[in-house]
Amino acid sequence: MPMSSTEATVSKAEPATSLHREPSGGLRVALQATFRRDLTLLLRRRGEVLNPLVFFALVITLFPIGISPDPELLSTIAPGLLWVAALLAALLSLDSLFRGDYDDGSLEQLLLSPQPLAALALAKVAVHWLLTGLPLALMAPVLGIMLSLPAGSYLVLSLSLALGSASLSLIGAIGAALTVGLARGGVLLSLLVLPLYIPVLIFGAGAVQAAILGDSITAHLAILGALLAVALMLAPWAIAASLRISING
Amino acid sequence: MWTFIHKLGSPKWFYVISARLLPWFWAAAAVLIVVGSIWGLAFAPADYQQGNSFRIIYVHVPAAFLAQSIFVAMAVSGLIFMVWKIKIADMAAAMMAPLGAAMTFIALFSGAVWGVPTWGTWWMWDARLTSMLILLFLYVGVIALRGAFSSRDSASRAASVLALVGVINIPIIKYSVDWWYTLHQPATFSVTSRPAMPLEMWMPLLIMVLGFYCFFIALTLTRTRSEILRREATKHWVRELAGEGR
Amino acid sequence: MTLRLQARELACERDDRWLFEDLDLDIVAGEIVRIEGPNGSGKTTLLKILSGQLADYHGELFWNEMPMRQARDAFLSSLLYLGHTTGVKAALTPLENLAWYQAMAGGPDSEPARLAALDGVGLAGFEDLPTGQLSAGQQRRVALARLELTPRPLWVLDEPFTAIDRQGVAELEARLEAHARNGGSVLVTTHHALRATPALRHVRLGAGNAHVQH
Repeated sequence: MPMSSTEATVSKAEPATSLHREPSGGLRVALQATFRRDLTLLLRRRGEVLNPLVFFALVITLFPIGISPDPELLSTIAPGLLWVAALLAALLSLDSLFRGDYDDGSLEQLLLSPQPLAALALAKVAVHWLLTGLPLALMAPVLGIMLSLPAGSYLVLSLSLALGSASLSLIGAIGAALTVGLARGGVLLSLLVLPLYIPVLIFGAGAVQAAILGDSITAHLAILGALLAVALMLAPWAIAASLRISING
Repeated sequence: MWTFIHKLGSPKWFYVISARLLPWFWAAAAVLIVVGSIWGLAFAPADYQQGNSFRIIYVHVPAAFLAQSIFVAMAVSGLIFMVWKIKIADMAAAMMAPLGAAMTFIALFSGAVWGVPTWGTWWMWDARLTSMLILLFLYVGVIALRGAFSSRDSASRAASVLALVGVINIPIIKYSVDWWYTLHQPATFSVTSRPAMPLEMWMPLLIMVLGFYCFFIALTLTRTRSEILRREATKHWVRELAGEGR
Repeated sequence: MTLRLQARELACERDDRWLFEDLDLDIVAGEIVRIEGPNGSGKTTLLKILSGQLADYHGELFWNEMPMRQARDAFLSSLLYLGHTTGVKAALTPLENLAWYQAMAGGPDSEPARLAALDGVGLAGFEDLPTGQLSAGQQRRVALARLELTPRPLWVLDEPFTAIDRQGVAELEARLEAHARNGGSVLVTTHHALRATPALRHVRLGAGNAHVQH
């Protein structure tokens, strides 16, 4: 077997052998690489990025058809509808968050990394939000127009969705990690995750309502931010613990 | 220290000790619930506003209390199982989940029945009822997740993690639902913020609550004991027990 | 160099069935240890325990004389594990796959090293194709390129010869022997009969017999 030309370049602490090396890059490099890898993977399978957006638009289309095309009626229920539909769309993409890694064995490798699993999982969740939650938030105003959402609430709609969907991705990832080892985890995932989404829904839709009524929205956004902070602190550990359980079937 | 904790959690030890405690809890549960029901249903004065229909609180409130407490107890058991690997804690948690779901259902059902004379409808999106409904979904989630794994060890751990995640979320859910409720329905009659109850009304309630708790402990012990026998059926001490003719 | 992985009275119970009991292992530098046993005897489970994935075991594990719980970080940065599944992303090219592994192992970002590693497993010319378009054996070779790319003293390999052609098997076998000669150790399960060398040792797991614990 040919020896690699880089054998000599790295080792510093162990002159006797090239087998013992201190990791030189550490956590930052691993996080960047994981982030970049997941981003590349999702961008190569555009369908997975687009499906939640199409789903979002479709669900919103169902409501005027199912209820009434009356703009006045639609405008009163628009904040809630947009939030519920966005929430379901975000949920739709969760099942694949860890499934690919589980199926091809890279999840095992993620677990065996000397880097903390919670941090690596966070990088994966960040990619999920960037390619699911954020596009949904950016798309929501267009659907808002179609539901006659009153003027002045569009920015708040996007902002609350962007902030709230980050929490949704984090909480949802716990459910995805718990069900990744199960053959038919998809429906179960919704069952586990939806009740936990309710606080985010209340304050997210509440923010849009408040903007329509002309009330202050700072409280709502502050609470959404607080929910995100709590989710950021606790969810990665729960995700890591859940992945360790799932990997053992 | 470790060996002590493990001994504490050993199935055999638990089985022996619980046998001694069990009759007391069953007796206490029976006495308290009988006394509480008779007192509450027959002797407590009628409510000046709701008449006799208020008496359903003697079921509704204890069930609602228990529904929430059981989730906390389940999460604590899950934590004990995860940290110290004590299997008894997991068995207890597994037995608690359906009981908690049943209590949540009783609270919801009695709330709906109560709603007919109070609100004139079976269902109102009242803050407490809504929280209870979400709690029921959380219970269903834990039970479903436990059932979904083929390996029992993984099922136990997954259910423990979910119970812990749930128990952190319950206060957040409760707070946000209360907030949502006050925003949308500011002036309806709330069952939660009642004027101070006279002593003759809340004494039976207290007794009922205590009775329900004793019932919960007794039932959980009993079910955990049979679960121990089921899971440890191959172990030596269980066989000896069976040999003694029990 | 120090390298010592010890297991004392290792036992694994999965859902009331004892996969194995009272297993004592002592793996030192320069050894190739082949885990043998019929299907269902717990070979994969044993490798998962010994590679620190499964914490659900009885008995004790030591890495370089330190209890595994304390030595976990040092252990993981000395370990290279290849499982049943390759851990290779079908949508990424072999180069991209290796780039991720390089970063995860804390190595420097070196494209020449990645190319050399791919060349070493006979994948020169396939570097920029999506891995999903390669054959099963070639995908396995992408995973095996990690052996050279991220040098680690302890290799834990679960059926590494799966889907590899005869030429590749001989090369891989030679690579395992070279690793042992250089002071590394290999823990391997395989249905393929390994060439007898002084470094090779066998550990046999019994048929999946359910013992009764007292």
